[in-house]
Amino acid sequence: MSSVQLASPRSSPAHTVTGASWGGRRLRAPLAFFLVTLALLASLVVSTAFGAESLPPATVLDVLVRRATDGPVADLAYDTIVWQLRVPRALLAALVGAGLALAGAGMQTLVRNPLADPYLLGVSSGASVGATAVITSGLFAGAGALTLSGGALIGALGAAALVFVIAAAQGGLTPLRLVLTGTVLGSAFSAIASFLVFRSPDPAVAQSVLFWLLGSLAGAEWHQLVIPAITVGVVAAAMLAGSGWLDALASGSDTAASVGVPVRAVRVGLFVLLAVLVGVLVAVSGGIGFVGLVVPHAARLLVGARHRVLLPASAMCGALFLLWVDVVTRVLVRPTEIPLSVVSGLIGAPAFLVLLGRRRYRFGGEG
Amino acid sequence: MSVHLRAEGLACAVGNRVILRDLRLDVREGETIGIVGPNGCGKSTLLRVLAGLRAPTAGHVHVGGVRLHGLGSRQRARKVALVAQEQDLPADLLAGEVVALGLTPYRSPWNGVGPRERAAVAAALAEVGLADLADRPVEQLSGGERRRVLLARGLVQRTPLLLLDEPTNHLDVRHQLHLMRLVRRLGRTVVLALHDLTLAATCDRVLVLHEGRALPLAPPGEALAPAVVSAVFGVDAIPIRHPVTGDTHLLITPLHPESAP
Repeated sequence: MSSVQLASPRSSPAHTVTGASWGGRRLRAPLAFFLVTLALLASLVVSTAFGAESLPPATVLDVLVRRATDGPVADLAYDTIVWQLRVPRALLAALVGAGLALAGAGMQTLVRNPLADPYLLGVSSGASVGATAVITSGLFAGAGALTLSGGALIGALGAAALVFVIAAAQGGLTPLRLVLTGTVLGSAFSAIASFLVFRSPDPAVAQSVLFWLLGSLAGAEWHQLVIPAITVGVVAAAMLAGSGWLDALASGSDTAASVGVPVRAVRVGLFVLLAVLVGVLVAVSGGIGFVGLVVPHAARLLVGARHRVLLPASAMCGALFLLWVDVVTRVLVRPTEIPLSVVSGLIGAPAFLVLLGRRRYRFGGEG
Repeated sequence: MSVHLRAEGLACAVGNRVILRDLRLDVREGETIGIVGPNGCGKSTLLRVLAGLRAPTAGHVHVGGVRLHGLGSRQRARKVALVAQEQDLPADLLAGEVVALGLTPYRSPWNGVGPRERAAVAAALAEVGLADLADRPVEQLSGGERRRVLLARGLVQRTPLLLLDEPTNHLDVRHQLHLMRLVRRLGRTVVLALHDLTLAATCDRVLVLHEGRALPLAPPGEALAPAVVSAVFGVDAIPIRHPVTGDTHLLITPLHPESAP
């Protein structure tokens, strides 16, 4: 039988591909990046015109130009609204959006599940426990918002550390184990936070839990940008540096190990990066739903699944998305502000259903 | 020819269950080895141990004289490639991008894919007869095409030792034969887990796994003798000469209706 001469299999006519050779997507990606960058820059300026009081774009531009060129301030009120209130808030929205989308893309790779979002590791409910614990223990009265963020950060990182330890002790950071452990512990932390609210007579506690569940960017100031900016930057750089390994990891642990990826080390590294990133973001802005879940899927449609392009695309789309979500929260029911997650959910849920509906997603399993 | 892959006193376990023990294996350079055995006999586990993805519970694996499980993952991936059974791949990955994963041991994880890598990917896809599918998302490929894309990923890794787990699954009969011819022409050492005894008979030597042990590595005629097939698989087989090629084939006698599965 081995001596039988076989014609080399030819591809059937149905296989003739429309378009150029492999890499046709490479032509699309730069264009997408160019357009999204343009949209992002324009949005950063335009979005500052919206708020409790709408400003004409010319006024906004005037303030920004004067600030940029160190010119004299023309109108102190406008300058304060634009430069002290709205610009830092727009930048924070962009930063948090970028960070959440990055974290979502990373989490979906880590657990090989399209339904994963940044809060999978119990980080947001851990943060709400930390923050409520700070308030109920009375520490808040003394030191103010910084303690609150600190408590949230400690709670977030503590939750992630607990997920890590339990998953590792039960056989390693495999996708299925992480999903199960994170979900179970997340529910447990929510229960603890609810108990703290129930026990406390202080209405501020309930308010605080609501904040950590729904998220807010209100009251953003320039100095608040530093830590999230550094965190998002460092984590993004680290993830990009390992993007080739993340590609292999997304294809399954056997494939990754077979092509020489140190699977365990990469998983641990990715876990730590995501926990720190999401912990910092939650401490700054609370839990904002749907950004980290939906945006990476949209970015995949735009530029493909290779992390080298997926991660920057996710970050930029996330920034753009949250920037405009924040604008909507300010203008929809003036003068009150709607919680961010309400708007991101209203936009994100239908978008996600459309994205999921147009393709057959398989679900990641153990291994 | 020198010994390329050597295993001594190898034992493999899944959880606490030892499924293979005291396995001995000497594969010469350039040989094509088929591994056969009934379902659950540990073919896949053995391949993962031989590929260095899983630690043996006892014994050693040497590849080219080097102890495999002492190597770093990157070094190991330049010596051995394993193409495991069908895995779900990320939906938006293109076939070419899946194949390019095989280049991971040769490039920094922060680098993109350059023209030279792209050419290597195209060549590997052409070898499996999928030259014009590079730009197709893997989710749009058929099961057989996906198998061949994964095989191309193993080829592009250009390791001297290639391990394939059921590479002929989902392939039509012509592509099965084409695959066997392809691996024999690579000039590499290839170890394949196979279900099809006829395909296994085209290998240089065959390893039969049976009840937690491996029978000695032997040429197909000896390894797949009717008595062995009957003892291992519980079916009767009659060797028949192919009227055209003169090769010996195994004709499997159908089960009696009343016999238990």
